Formats: sequence, C-alpha cells, structure tokens
Amino acid sequence: MLRNRILAVENLFAGYGETEILHDINIEVAGHEIVSIIGPNGAGKSTVMKAILGILNINRGSIFLESKQITGVKPSDVVKLGVGYVPQTDNVFVSLTVQENLEMGAWTLRSGLENKFDEMYTLFPDLSDKRFQAAGQLSGGQRQMVAMAKALMLDAKILLLDEPTAGLSPKFRHEIFSTIQRINESGMPILMVEQNAKQALQISHRGYVLVDGSNRHTGTGIGLSSDPEVARMFLGSRGSV
Amino acid sequence: MDIILGYFLYGMSLLTVGGIYALLALGLNVQWGFAGLFNAGIAGFAAIGAYTYAILTTAESKFHYGGLELPLLVGDVMAMVLAGFIAGVIGLICIRLRADYLAIATIGIAEIIKLVLKNESDITNGPRGINKIPRTWEHFSEERFYSSFPLNVINSSDSWQSFFESIARWWWQPFFAGTIILIVLFTYFLLEKLRTSPWGRMMTAIRENEMAAAAAGKDVTRRRIEAFILGALIMGLAGAFLGQHLRLIEPTQTFDPSKMTFLVWVMLIAGGSGNNKGAILGAFLIWFVWSSSELVTNGMIEILASIFDSVDISILKNRAGFIRMLFIGLLLQIILQRYPKGILPEKRPAVSGKI
Amino acid sequence: MWESFGFEFINFYFIPGLVLGCIYALGAIGITLTFGILRFANFSHGEIMMTSSYLTWEFIMIFTSLGILAHPLIGAIPASICAILLALFVDRFFYKPFRNAPTIMIVIASFGMMLIIRSMVQVIWGPNQLTFVKGIAKPNAYIRDLTASFDFMLLIPNKHFSILIGTVLIMLLFNYLLSSTKIGKGMRAVSDNPDLAKVSGIDVENIIKATWIVGGFCAAAAGVFLAMDTQFIESTMGFRMLLPMFAAAILGGIGRPFGAVAGGLIIGLAEELSAYPWFGDGPVISPGYKSGVAFSIMVLMLIIKPSGLFKGKVF
Repeated sequence: MLRNRILAVENLFAGYGETEILHDINIEVAGHEIVSIIGPNGAGKSTVMKAILGILNINRGSIFLESKQITGVKPSDVVKLGVGYVPQTDNVFVSLTVQENLEMGAWTLRSGLENKFDEMYTLFPDLSDKRFQAAGQLSGGQRQMVAMAKALMLDAKILLLDEPTAGLSPKFRHEIFSTIQRINESGMPILMVEQNAKQALQISHRGYVLVDGSNRHTGTGIGLSSDPEVARMFLGSRGSV
Repeated sequence: MDIILGYFLYGMSLLTVGGIYALLALGLNVQWGFAGLFNAGIAGFAAIGAYTYAILTTAESKFHYGGLELPLLVGDVMAMVLAGFIAGVIGLICIRLRADYLAIATIGIAEIIKLVLKNESDITNGPRGINKIPRTWEHFSEERFYSSFPLNVINSSDSWQSFFESIARWWWQPFFAGTIILIVLFTYFLLEKLRTSPWGRMMTAIRENEMAAAAAGKDVTRRRIEAFILGALIMGLAGAFLGQHLRLIEPTQTFDPSKMTFLVWVMLIAGGSGNNKGAILGAFLIWFVWSSSELVTNGMIEILASIFDSVDISILKNRAGFIRMLFIGLLLQIILQRYPKGILPEKRPAVSGKI
Repeated sequence: MWESFGFEFINFYFIPGLVLGCIYALGAIGITLTFGILRFANFSHGEIMMTSSYLTWEFIMIFTSLGILAHPLIGAIPASICAILLALFVDRFFYKPFRNAPTIMIVIASFGMMLIIRSMVQVIWGPNQLTFVKGIAKPNAYIRDLTASFDFMLLIPNKHFSILIGTVLIMLLFNYLLSSTKIGKGMRAVSDNPDLAKVSGIDVENIIKATWIVGGFCAAAAGVFLAMDTQFIESTMGFRMLLPMFAAAILGGIGRPFGAVAGGLIIGLAEELSAYPWFGDGPVISPGYKSGVAFSIMVLMLIIKPSGLFKGKVF
C-alpha cells in the first residue's frame, strides 16, 4: 500500500447490468501524484472512473477515498466527499456562462465563492476574460478548462479526468497537459484516463495499463513509456508511443 | 324468474361492453405493448369507427348526410379502414418522436376529431349526434332489414313481423354479446400468431433496443407505423360495435376523451401490457370493477346519509360518478407503483440469437 | 386607417389574443420546465391550473363571508400556495417513485393524475360551471379617454389590463430567478445536462422541488387569469388549455422557458387572429375550429423543426 494514499480501488469487479467489464482491478493514487490509466479501446478505462463515481453496478471489491469506503455511494455524494470528476464529453453546461458553470461546481459551498472564482481564474488565466460568455461558445480546449475548474470548485481531494485531451488539436493537447501539471503542482492528486498514452505517461508519476478490463502493467510514467511491450501494444492500435 | 332474466341480461351487457373494451385494450396492446407507442387518443379512434359505421348503415335521415343504408358488414369494415387511415397519417408525422410527443399528438388528434364531429353537422348532426344505429342481430327485427335481402328470401315481411313480435324482445342480446366475444377471440388468436411471427419478434427487438434494430437494417419507422395502424384498425372496429351497443352517439359524452382513453389504459396496465391475454382479462376485470363500483359508491352514499343527517344525498349522488373515477385513478397509481407488470406479465417470444 | 381597420383589429382581436397568449405562456412555463428538468410531458399541469382557479373562487367566497370584498387577485394568493403544495404533494407520492424508471411510467402516472385531480374537483365543487366574476367587463375609462384623445381609442377592460401587467411582473420575477439566483441557475443547469448535474454535486432533488414551486405558481397565475378573463370556471378548463400549452412549449423549444413564453403569445394570437376576417367578410377559420389552431401549429412545428424556434431539446 502506498504511503499517503488518497484513492484506492481494490479487487474491483464491476459492469453495466449483468455484463461485467472490470475484473479484479487494483489502482492507487497517493497525494501529489498524477496517475494515468492507459490501454487500448474497450479496455474499460472510463468504466473505472464511472465505478469510482458510483454510476455503475459494483459486483465485488471496494473503493476507498483516504480511509473512507465509498463503494456504492451515490454520485452526488461521492462528489461532496471530495472527488472532482470531469467526464469525457458533455462536461460543461453549455447554456450557462463560464462563471455560472463554476458556481454550479460549488453547489454545496457555503461561503467564499468569490475567493474560489479568483483562485480558478488565476489557475486558468484564459477563462478570466470569458467569464460571462456562454460555455457552449468556447473552443474545445477552453471548455475542457471550464470543466476542470468546475470540478475543482469544491475542495476536492482528488481530480478524476476522463480523456481530457480527446478530440483536441495537438496545440491544445499540449496546453491541457501542462495545465494538468500546473494543477498537480498546486497540490492536487490527479487520476486520468488517456488515449494519448505517450504524452500522458510523460507527465505522470505512475501509470496503469488496462487490457480487457484487467490490470496488465503497472509502473512509473517513464518506466512504462519505455517498456517495449507497452510500446508494442500501442503501436498496434494507435502508433503513438 | 324475472330476477334471473335480469341477471342474465345484465351479464350479457357486461359481456358486450367488456368485449368492446377488450377490443380497445387489444388494439392498445398492439401499439403500446408490442411497439411502445403511447396512444392517448383512443377515444378519437373509437369515435371515427362509431361515426363511420353510423353514417354508412343508418336509415336515411333529414338531420344529416349519410344514412346510406349500406350492409352492416360494410360499416364495420369501413370503420376499421378509416380509423387505420387516420392512424397512418398521424404515424407518418409523429412516430419518429419520443413517446411523450406522440401522446400529445394523439390527444390533439382526438380533440380535432371531436371538433370535426361537433362542427360538421351536415354530416354528423353536430352535438345532437346520430340516433337509431342498427345493431347486429337486433337489426333483423327492423322492417327495412327483414323486408330486404337475405331475410326476404326465406320468408315474407308479414311472417317475419309476426315472428319477431312472438319472441322475447331481448332475443338478440346473447347473439350480439356472442358475436363480440367471437370477434375478441378471433382478434386474440390473430394477434398471438402475429406476436410470435417474425414481425412480432422484430417489434420486440425494436422496443428492446431501437438503435441496435435500426443498425441491423430494420426499418424501425415503418414497423412502428404498421403497429400503430393495426392497433387503430382494431379500435375502429371496437368503436363500430360501441356505436351499435349505444344506438345513439354524440361527440362529447360518448367519447369523453379522458374517461374512455383512461379506462382502456388502466385495463391494459392492470392486465399486463404486452400480453394479449392480459389485455382481455384486464378489460373484463376493470369493466366489472367500474360497473360494480356504481353500486358500491351508491351504497356508501346511502350509508353515509343514514349516519349523518346533514349529508345532502342528492348532491353526493350527482357526484358519485366522479368518486368512481377518482377510485379508478388511484387504482391505476397503485398498480403502476406496486405491480407495474400487471396481472399477466408479458411473455417474450424467444428471440433466437440475433435480430 | 385606424377607423377602418385598426380599431376593430387591435381592440377585438389583437388585445384578446395577447391576453390569451399571456395565459398560455404562464402555463407553458411549467410544462417546459418539467419537460426540461424531469424529462417528461406532464399531463396533469392543466389540472393544477384548473384547481387553483377553483381554490381562488373558494377563497373569494370565504373572504366575502367574512365581510371582506375580495378581488380575484387577493384570493389567488392563498390559492397559489395551495396549488404549489398540491404540485409538491403529487410529485412526492406519484412521480418520485418513478425517478429511475423509464420516463413513460411517469407520463402514464401524470395521465392518471390528470383524472384524479379533475375528479376530486368535481366531487368537491360539482360538475357545473361556476360564475367567477359577475357582470360585463367595461373598458377602462381612463385608457379609453386618453387614447381617444390621440385618435386611437383602446378599449381595454380592467381584467385584461390586470392580466397583462400581472404577466409582465411574473416574467420579470421569473427572469430574475433564472439568471440571478443560485436555485434558478441550478434549474438551468439540470435542464441543460442532468447527468452532469448529478456528478457536479448539484442537489437535483432540491432543484426538482423548486421546479414544482415555480411551475405550480405560474400554473396558478394562469388559472386565475383565465378565470378572470372568461369570468367562469369549469372542471374541463385545464384539459382545454393543455394542448395549447404543450403547443407553446414545443413551439418555443422544450426546456426554454422564454421560448415557451414566446410560443404562448404566438399561439394565443394565432387563435384569436384566426377568427379575423382577413379575406372577405367571414372569419378565416370557423370559430368552432379555433381550438384546432394550436394543434395545427404544433404538428407543423413537429414536422418542420421539432427543436422549436429557440433550439430546445428533442428527446
């Protein structure tokens, strides 16, 4: 077990209805870490996220936030307990302004909303002068930032990102990755699922490779990205490592 | 003896109206149970059937167009055809939309039908309605029928007249009820055949997973329109028989959109949507509950009145119908929440492997 | 120009159309909100409207028996509170059990509620029409004289004036709620993307309650305004309003409250203006078919552009 463990998924079996997708998954994230989950399409990467959030049926196994069991807790309560989550698509309220989006992220926040806004606009300077624009009018990269800022509005203990760079151009992809690093440097542990495995591993402290809903490899970011088998796996499907 | 006859005739009328509702429920089952199409305009389709039948078969009238005096069977068939045609038109427009929209659209159609029936008085005699609709079997004792083909071949008008005067006036009731029951059974067997046919299995597949069915190259929209039309055909026929049973139809009370449509929905859900047997069972059961609730509410009012002197019995009696409606509404809510699958839950035909 | 065309058109067609449109708009707000936030077509909405006009009538009676001469708008205050409670009660016991079930279950439940609420009103107040306001509504003398001095005499009865002003005030309040309060923004968020709302930590159940409160209040206002306009109440008035309100909500785009307002105004005007003798002497559409106008517009919209004028949702 890691020291200073924030999130742990232990021996998890889960899926949709009767179809089991995840078989015996183990994942841990320590404080201050960026951890990536990579793997080919259909490996169940996003499913892990949904299981943590409480959107799926969990057949066996447990999920801990710090020392607290959150297995089978409702999504809205998981969020309140300190898991910030950014879904892959439809992750902003398009008809609301940027600032309203942030406000929605802080639903249970009792006070200090203004300070939180300032904090977010410092972390995401691009959003500062767009704060009264509808989120639906922003570019894909900016939307992604709104979504991340929204998820950080409650004092999250960990941030879950589901394919944060999916569908973005290389330029934006780079920007998002450096933003993720910046968020992490401010002290936020991050667990992300990524298709762009090489870049993701480069900024990650550790990574997990999932194949067919099971753990295949585990290692440091650098270690995994130089692992020949991992490289072969991705060369086969995307050729990006 | 009179009491027994009374019960017998009461039983016949229960069978008659129960059977008509069973037809409506079977029609709805094709649309909702098979195809997942929400029809909230059942009364409208029944009205089309009833009016088509009435206009085609009644004797000539100075009040409205029609009274074409066509054979009754032509009336029955045309009732189905017209109801089916209207369903086809609605289907083309609305069927791709989600169930809620279809529900709204069908309520609208029922309203428009009512408006037409009310306003086009040259054809429908407007709010006064059409009277003296010939009933199957009973019609033989009317002069215009026994003096014409086929009865005039067998015997002369005069001897028919004396024959019908010699037998009991209710002679036709068992025949009429029996005919309706036969039609219900025939429809049931037809629908059961259909349900287990490739068409029926495809409907199940579409309802289960529309995207997958569409991806598998099934023409989902077309299949749904077919189901909608088929259901409407049955409702049109039910309407024709309702017209016969009532003999007088008018646009507002006879086809009270909320009451009739609602009762049929309660019947199907109570019986078990998706299950033809359930639809029939639900129809008879709820019709029995509905008609006996009249006795129960009236009895309750009598009791109330005898306990509390201050209760104005006439007001309560006037409103007894609404109390019954309230109970049926609550019954639906209880069934929906506690037994959403109904008394006879749907049995899925085996979908072999792929669709 | 004013003499030959405008006077008649404005006073006898346009203003009544606008008034009717306001009533539809208020009703359609509730429909579009529940459609957007709870994802279902609420068939019992018209009955909430109808019930609140009966409750208003009852409160006026109570006030009068206490020796207070009450205007319908005074009676409407306790009535709208009762209407809100009714809406919340219905949601808690008849709709909430189906939150995670297929939406069609809740549609059927609301279809049933339509009958239950109406039967309840018929049991309590009887099936006959009741007179809501007695007498003939005379045009407001001040407006008439003022406008006459500018050569465009407007004949607006006080009841119409109250309805127009009341609707504008409610709209302003509603706009403030949606754009400047947390609960209003939450309503917009849930309507925009309910799944995201759940994983953002928004308390969706509270938003749903707020939706019923706002929808119930607007329905109550619509019911009372309708009763003020027609001066009588009857148990089928809610059902009669249902179709035009749905038409307004669909026309404006589902989940777009201000779209529903625009839709309501368009439908109301279209219904009244359909009786105007645009060509020749007689009305374009026979008055008997007036209530078919809303339906025709709705069907047309569903064919041409199901998402409505203001880019609503299509499910």
